[in-house]
Amino acid sequence: MPSYVIQEKCDGCKGGDKTACMYICPNDLMVLDPNAMKAYNQEPDQCWECFSCVKICPTQAIEVRGYSDFVPLGSSIMPMLGTEDVMWTCKFRNGLIKRFKFPIRTTPEGAANGYKDLKGKDIESPLLATQEAEGCTLPTPKATV
Amino acid sequence: MALPNKPLGELKAVRDPEVVEREVDVLIVGGGMAACGTAFEVKKWLGDDQSVLLCDKAAMERSGAVAQGLSAINTFIGENAPDDYVRMVRNDLMGIVREDLIFDLGCFVDDSVHLFEEWGLPIWKKSADGKNLDGKKGQKMGTLKSGAQPVRTGKWQIMINGESYKRIVAEAAKTALGEDNILERVFIVELLLDANKPNTIAGALGFSVRENKVYIIKCKSMMVACGGAVNIYQPRSVGEGKGRAWYPVWNAGSTYTLCMRVGAELTMMENRFTPARFKDGYGPVGAWFLLFKAKLQNGLGENFGGGAAAKAELEKYAPYGTAAITPTCLRNHLMLFEMKEGRGPVIMDTVSALAALGETMDKKELKHLEAEAWEDFLDMTCGQANLWCAQDCEPEKKNSEIMPTEPYLLGSHSGCCGLWVSGPDYDWVPDAYKIKADNGKVYKQMTTVNGLFTAGDGVGGSGHKFSSGSHAEGRIAAKQLVRYAKDHADFKPTLAQSNDQLVDLVYKPVRTLLDNMDYTTAIDVNPNYIKPNGMMYRLMKATHEYGAGTATFYQTSSKSLEIVMDLLKTMREDCEKMAAGELHELMRAWEIIHRIWTVESHLRHIQYRKETRYPGFYYQADYPGQDDANWFCFVNSKYDPKADKWDVFKKDYIQIIPT
Repeated sequence: MPSYVIQEKCDGCKGGDKTACMYICPNDLMVLDPNAMKAYNQEPDQCWECFSCVKICPTQAIEVRGYSDFVPLGSSIMPMLGTEDVMWTCKFRNGLIKRFKFPIRTTPEGAANGYKDLKGKDIESPLLATQEAEGCTLPTPKATV
Repeated sequence: MALPNKPLGELKAVRDPEVVEREVDVLIVGGGMAACGTAFEVKKWLGDDQSVLLCDKAAMERSGAVAQGLSAINTFIGENAPDDYVRMVRNDLMGIVREDLIFDLGCFVDDSVHLFEEWGLPIWKKSADGKNLDGKKGQKMGTLKSGAQPVRTGKWQIMINGESYKRIVAEAAKTALGEDNILERVFIVELLLDANKPNTIAGALGFSVRENKVYIIKCKSMMVACGGAVNIYQPRSVGEGKGRAWYPVWNAGSTYTLCMRVGAELTMMENRFTPARFKDGYGPVGAWFLLFKAKLQNGLGENFGGGAAAKAELEKYAPYGTAAITPTCLRNHLMLFEMKEGRGPVIMDTVSALAALGETMDKKELKHLEAEAWEDFLDMTCGQANLWCAQDCEPEKKNSEIMPTEPYLLGSHSGCCGLWVSGPDYDWVPDAYKIKADNGKVYKQMTTVNGLFTAGDGVGGSGHKFSSGSHAEGRIAAKQLVRYAKDHADFKPTLAQSNDQLVDLVYKPVRTLLDNMDYTTAIDVNPNYIKPNGMMYRLMKATHEYGAGTATFYQTSSKSLEIVMDLLKTMREDCEKMAAGELHELMRAWEIIHRIWTVESHLRHIQYRKETRYPGFYYQADYPGQDDANWFCFVNSKYDPKADKWDVFKKDYIQIIPT
């Protein structure tokens, strides 16, 4: 199900420090045509339909059209990624619309603790730094053959 | 009119790229769950005078197998014992696993899950009256660490709201490692051995997929974790749909190829995974089986899994087939049996399952149940949700087809191929499972090459780690990487090749194109070179037809293997004439080289193991059935880079945890 870029909506991220879709695509598919200042998917048959480009696009210029070899036309699914939740709008071929909202994270963006000040002590022990700090003891097999 | 004989794409490659040289103590190759684990842990042990660098082919925020998200964490030990975790993995993988590695992982994996929750990953909880709460509402029950109960779908799996799983884990990894120590969009394509010390890693070679730059990075210790191998067999969808691989389509077997090409020993490369998933969309089935209790039917509407024929078939594979949980390969085997007998296709009865659940639910609960079913797809396989929409399929009204996919190679999911690595240095671990480095010390997860480590899909003989286990394994490796580098503080990595030689190696496809492109009027058709796209189709056709692909219901034979080995040999020769005009295509060129080597190891192992250990994953027609008398052992292999020779051999399986 390859992603596609809506010509009218894409501004090539000209106001940003990077082309968002090009930055995020895990398979290096999204590229910027610098003359047109528009992005496009350069290899649609290698698209994993992960929606990373759709979710990150600041102008909602990217959508996805089902793989031509097995997906009938007419449906769409579209995410709206917030800071705490994602909202999905799922449109069926027959016109039915379903909407879902799911949590995505419980902390503010950027709050994940890297434990930068935590320093391990005993490099010869098997314990990870957090386990060592908590004084954890590792289990051993209850019985061996 | 100008002829269209110019490279396609936006980032043109030039003949002479810039050379960037770096030297660090610890190098991390990869950016997925395992590498993020290493990135999080490594600086906690690194000395002030030591340095670290991470290279990711993509952007860590959305790279690796969890890029799209996940709807469950499949390994959380919790109230269970690591001993039972070993028993489960051993049974699923038909008896032959590294029990030391599996047990050890069971001692660490929960610590990573606790961190994920602390960082902000929403984890479902049980309410006081036993109802399921999503990760946001469940917060009021406290954290897993403080004793809150997760929502278990099986003994080991817990449900999450995992759309942003990778973003959260990468955020902590990047914060811990520091942006200055990360190179994104740098694809490592070859590892380099030391010029003076035998069998010792000295560095890595790669290039930027954004700028014309070749990276030559020296290091004392290295972790390679670049996932498994995908698009190595012709997929069931061959048009646009070949991107809809079950495992991430960008996983090119780099972990295995990089390590094997410097002589690291591989294990169980014959093992593969052909997951049974919703047809074409490849959406997950785990929640449908475990959470919604859905059953499979054959084309006649029979629940074949519960029948007497299935029971008799499973008894042939006792004790694995008769265990409480049927091994994944045997579940496939039963499906294939129905399909081959003309009783296909296989259908998942979602209608009855949801109706049965609905009997005890009110309207609000039913609506929530429906949302849970859709979230399972939307969190990790968005395209399956769209396929249902396009087919006007509401699972409470219409059943869906299930199909086993094309083969994948991996070591973290329900598969166990990978590198032979050292177990932990405990008394209860057999000596044969410990790899001693040049200084006589044991470093867990070190390969048979001094200083070279792996994690996640790279660690062979120990499947069922999944996302959480891969992260934990990355952390375990981090400590050992630092320990090794400290113990080898005086080691000065030295490369045997000149910079010019290394640049020529990486940029050979670019130079081949530039040297020959003017000969014809169409860039893709030229007798002097082959483009990566063409080579990809050639590999897929060969494996599909001879290597136990879907074309033959996963069956191969000794003669077929002989033929495919010849085909692979000419492919490797023709890879010398691969051509790439721009940086994206250069990436594809190196990926297909990695895939070809990985597939060769896979098929060499299948050729060597003269039995059918994993019916349902593949069948060796000349040796049907299991032969415990001769083959209850690991199959390992080693490529000798100097002699350009393969050695495939048996390695003893040693049981540690009692049955």
